[in-house]
Amino acid sequence: MLLLVQYTLVFASVLTLVALGGCFSEHSGVINIGLEGIMVIGALGGALAMKFMPPGTPAPLILLLVTLAAALAGMLYSLLLAVAAINFKADQTLVGTAMNLLGTAAATVFVKAMNTARDVSNVSATIEYIEQKKALLIVDGTEFNWFMVITVIVLIGAYVVLYKTRFGLRLMACGEHPQAADSVGINVYRMRYAGVLISGALGGLGGIVYITAGVSAWRFEYGVAGFGFLALAVMIFGQWKPLHIALAALLFGLFRALSNVYSGFDVLASLPIPSAVYNMLPYIVSLIVLTFTSQKSRAPKAEGIPYDKGLR
Amino acid sequence: MKEKKRTTAFLARPGVQTFISSLLCIILGLFIGFIALLIINPGGAVKGILNVIQNFMYYPSQAVRIKYFGQTLVKAAPLVMCSLSVLFAYKVGLFNIGAAGQYVVGAGASLYCALALHMPWYICLLAAIAAGALLGALSGLLKAYRNVNEVISCIMLNWISLYAVNTLLGQVKEAASPYTKSLSSTNKSALLPNMGLNVIFKDDYVTLAIPLVIVVAVLIYIVLEKTRLGYELQATGANKAAAKYAGMRENRNLILTMAISGGLAGMGAALLYLTGFEQWSVTQSSLPGMGFNGIAAAFLGGLSPIGSIFSSYFIQHITSGGAYVDKTMYAAQISDFISSLIIYLCGFVLFFRHFMAGMVEAREAKKAKGSGSGAASETDGDSSSDKKGGEA
Repeated sequence: MLLLVQYTLVFASVLTLVALGGCFSEHSGVINIGLEGIMVIGALGGALAMKFMPPGTPAPLILLLVTLAAALAGMLYSLLLAVAAINFKADQTLVGTAMNLLGTAAATVFVKAMNTARDVSNVSATIEYIEQKKALLIVDGTEFNWFMVITVIVLIGAYVVLYKTRFGLRLMACGEHPQAADSVGINVYRMRYAGVLISGALGGLGGIVYITAGVSAWRFEYGVAGFGFLALAVMIFGQWKPLHIALAALLFGLFRALSNVYSGFDVLASLPIPSAVYNMLPYIVSLIVLTFTSQKSRAPKAEGIPYDKGLR
Repeated sequence: MKEKKRTTAFLARPGVQTFISSLLCIILGLFIGFIALLIINPGGAVKGILNVIQNFMYYPSQAVRIKYFGQTLVKAAPLVMCSLSVLFAYKVGLFNIGAAGQYVVGAGASLYCALALHMPWYICLLAAIAAGALLGALSGLLKAYRNVNEVISCIMLNWISLYAVNTLLGQVKEAASPYTKSLSSTNKSALLPNMGLNVIFKDDYVTLAIPLVIVVAVLIYIVLEKTRLGYELQATGANKAAAKYAGMRENRNLILTMAISGGLAGMGAALLYLTGFEQWSVTQSSLPGMGFNGIAAAFLGGLSPIGSIFSSYFIQHITSGGAYVDKTMYAAQISDFISSLIIYLCGFVLFFRHFMAGMVEAREAKKAKGSGSGAASETDGDSSSDKKGGEA
């Protein structure tokens, strides 16, 4: 049972972080389908930070550096979306899809090159971080990690920024009616950049949380198994509102965790359900949930539409 | 003077602009890929990128070359189908990222019919089309009646299909390996007919699939451009409300589009797996890249069914080429890297085209102003205005 709680919280943290990222981007008016790729690159940044951390670094410093590295990597990578979608008015879905493919491919190529450069016989795309990972845990031997605390802080921060600051309200104005926002002197391009970059940072952070969940090495060929997309579903289910997103993430996290730990429950293990069903569960649940919640969707009105100053 | 008019009109043609933009994407993509190789290992970069571009030309012998050319074609055929699937939906304003999942259920249906039910190939092919169409229609239904964004529903269905098909095909897998039983030993009648192509390519995997794919591409072109159905579908994509106002059944059109799109992707899977070229691994935990590469091919082909034949071949050509890079230096995924770069750059195609159109306009304006000067000096003026157009 404790195991289920641990994994639920871990996956819920990932989903909350990434969905909040998507939330910032969409409130500014840019659809970020590329979260999956951003997660991979963020995970790569964090994993590299852990790998090259000199042994004996104090644990709080490791946590800080890994967090920063992941967020920064994700942010840099999200620039690809920002430039294409904001400056060049590219199709955001297409660019996002390309970023997902590119993220996994680039990370694989990079890690393999790094591994082979150190040892010619090593052609794997795996990074190990067994020792360093311990610094991220609150209680050794469990999966309770400091990222959960960070997630709560980010969640509160996101709520405050979006609803209680001038920046947040302006950001949301750009996603609802950019022409109106522009007419009162808000720089729509800059706001959209801010939205996408914040989503990059949060997506990257989500990536590192994901690859440290329950494992201490990651094969980058695997990507993040559709988690970026699950996060988008969480965001839609959460109606683009931070607190709702957190609740939705808990629900989805629970179903995702079940597929990891169901064999530990005698009741579930004895049922004649193939393991594939548990793997499918989070996706089936999200599809059903979306079927019943999309009708009264409160999506930002101008999302996905490139801002054109000439259109008033 | 006469010749110049023709060149201007030539550059102004949308088809030409698309072709140049696509070419630009390819060149830029390959160039960035080359830079990546240079950074990883400067010594082998030139050879590495050449390996990717050459693919089967890597072999010196003519006979071996043609064999591997055949195998590249075998894998390009399903890719053409996936890119047709993506472009068909896109023309109707839907982004079918679910081609991957529809491809998976197509593979599942065709292999199950072939291996468990011992059906002949044409039944297996139809089963694959039906399975893909059903999955596509489901996304269409959700979009039409429940307002579920098709991108999200498709992605969820992709993963659900993958696990479902793994379970289904687990019943027809070999005892000692995670792969499905081979068609040639279990059910020869399910293999696609070769139609003599195996003799030409000296390779038994080259089948009916290759000509069939070209026929389908032409059919899709005709449906989209020359029929009432295609017109209605595209009108619905352009403006759902206006289509409804004009008396079209917009929800039916949405669902039908996704069904056709899904059927195409499902058929693509059958055209690969019924050749016996590959067996399905029931333990795979990531989606086959075919559906996603289909997105690349569709956009690279300028969203034209005929263009997608060439772009699909190109994408498959470099993907197969990735297998020839020196594994002690580079990862085979360098081709995935390059093709995803190319998709990314395709996002800029619209911009390139605007840019080119602007260039043509600037040139015409210049010509209108400076008419009356000699032919020779005008040619000079033309090339300099070209540069100015570039700066504007």
